Amino acid sequence: MSVKSETHRKEIWVAAAAFALLLLLPFVLKRFYLYFLGLVFVNGLFAMSLNLVLGYGGIFQFHHAVFYGVGAYGTALMIAKFGQSPWLGFLVGPLLAASVSALMGMICIRLSKLYFGMLQISLGSLVWATVYRWYNFTGGDDGIHGISMPSLIASPKGSYYFIVLMTGACLGVMYLIVKSPFGSVLQGIRDNPVRSEAVGVNVRLQQLLALIIAGFFAGVAGVLFVVLDNSVFPDMLFWTLSLEVLIMCLLGGWFTFLGPVMGAAILIALRTFVSTFTEYWALIQGIILMLVIIFLPEGVLGYLHRKWSQFKGSGLAGEK
Amino acid sequence: MDFIFAVCPPGIVCQILVGLSRTTILFIVASGLSLILGVLRIPNIAHGSLYMIGAFTAFTVSKLAGGGTAGFWVALLIAPLVVAILSLVAERAIFSYLYEREHLMLLLLTFSFALIFGDLVKIIWGAEYRTLQLPEFLKGPIPVEQLPMPIYNIFLLFIGPLVAVGLWLLTNKTKVGKISRAAAVDREMVGAVGIHVSWVFAFVFVIGCFLAGLGGALVAPIINITLGMDHAIIMEAFLIVIIGGLGNVWGALLGALIFGLTQSLGVLIWPQFGIVFPYAAVVIVLFFRPRGLLKSTW
Repeated sequence: MSVKSETHRKEIWVAAAAFALLLLLPFVLKRFYLYFLGLVFVNGLFAMSLNLVLGYGGIFQFHHAVFYGVGAYGTALMIAKFGQSPWLGFLVGPLLAASVSALMGMICIRLSKLYFGMLQISLGSLVWATVYRWYNFTGGDDGIHGISMPSLIASPKGSYYFIVLMTGACLGVMYLIVKSPFGSVLQGIRDNPVRSEAVGVNVRLQQLLALIIAGFFAGVAGVLFVVLDNSVFPDMLFWTLSLEVLIMCLLGGWFTFLGPVMGAAILIALRTFVSTFTEYWALIQGIILMLVIIFLPEGVLGYLHRKWSQFKGSGLAGEK
Repeated sequence: MDFIFAVCPPGIVCQILVGLSRTTILFIVASGLSLILGVLRIPNIAHGSLYMIGAFTAFTVSKLAGGGTAGFWVALLIAPLVVAILSLVAERAIFSYLYEREHLMLLLLTFSFALIFGDLVKIIWGAEYRTLQLPEFLKGPIPVEQLPMPIYNIFLLFIGPLVAVGLWLLTNKTKVGKISRAAAVDREMVGAVGIHVSWVFAFVFVIGCFLAGLGGALVAPIINITLGMDHAIIMEAFLIVIIGGLGNVWGALLGALIFGLTQSLGVLIWPQFGIVFPYAAVVIVLFFRPRGLLKSTW
């Protein structure tokens, strides 16, 4: 027991140190790198929210980008079309995403696995098609650009701090959710839905709750993207983005808490780096994805975890 | 015919005919996808890319063959075969080792192919628009009650049923078709009676991809062949397969009819939101019949 709390304390110290480092970075980094880091955090949060239902819940959420896009559009429309305060917009975006998630979840939840994913994709495509075509409200395929932000977070530094703080807070809350009884129930359902049902768990209700929570955090990620980029466009709810987020989760590792963030960081770093000398990023992304699926199905962080525990296990065996 | 025109105006009839020719293309692509999904249980996202490759190959082959009538027919024959060979290589080299993986992994694997194929098309053909030249006898409109109707659309209306019947004969009347249907239900049992399931799967995969190539070659004369046509079709094909019932050829036909007609009539009713109608139709169908209209194979 004491060993466990010891490692726990260590983890908290590491997290605090990393957080402090992130807060100091704007004093040394250029604007471009701040934007890059912001993008990593936004996508990391987005991927984490997906992993909440996919990795921990075992639900085939194929079209997660809808909630990201709805969160972003909700905020953008509140500011640009209704002329409301951005802070109110920041609140409306995630709540709207959570409501859409609740609605779609209620329709899809009675189906399982692939059928769930497919119905979800069709509902998501309906949302996308509406946004894509509703020119005089959502700006159609042009999207909305130059959304004004409150002066506090309008500068690159300000938006960076806002994104880091919000992402940190959301990750903390998600960590608590995963470690809570609700998180355990969710993982129990993932591993054995029939038995969970038998011991009296309302499987569909719990899964629906997970979907709503995941939708909410995806909406927060969408809002943070608006803070970072001051624009929204319909590609944010297109299905290709949903699959890209799936890649991030896979690359980092499904069954690790920070895996999706790591996957997002790797993918975005590679994209930024590769795009400077070739326009064929999709080709390279495809090859990486294929190699990961064939050789590293547990993801980078999952692989490191396994190696680390093997290493520790052999060390202990040696001592005995 | 006269009766039909007495009931509804020629504009709507023309729009229905356009919708039906769109249905043909959708059906051919979706039936291939449905076959692969039904038997191999692979949600093949790369199907749209193969359709795109089919269209581009048809363009190149027709150009190499000197265009005209001969070029068109050669393109229609060669392009699906090229796609089939490409898919055979991919299946034997990669997919055949990974059938045991879960759906999500297979989905992402096919997505990796979609990404790679998309960029390969960009490297080989570039980003310009292309069009396949139609032979003289399929060119131009014929009048349908005073309104011009492209002959090619009528031509497509004959191809669709041909493919449907051919596919039905293949899966129901041939030995390999029967084996593949059996493998869809219980692949272990089929293997246990001494049939080489892996090659049956390869056969079904190639046939499915051939249909994607055929769809691409058939659509080449009536649209701008361009990058991004893969993203547009694959989602539609998936939804058609889902509302029809996984792995059911007639379901794919029914789904394609629903999708094609709501699309073409939707444009007539409310031009701005024409593309929303098919998706709404899908949602309505799935709301009442969440596992598709017809019986799925699994």
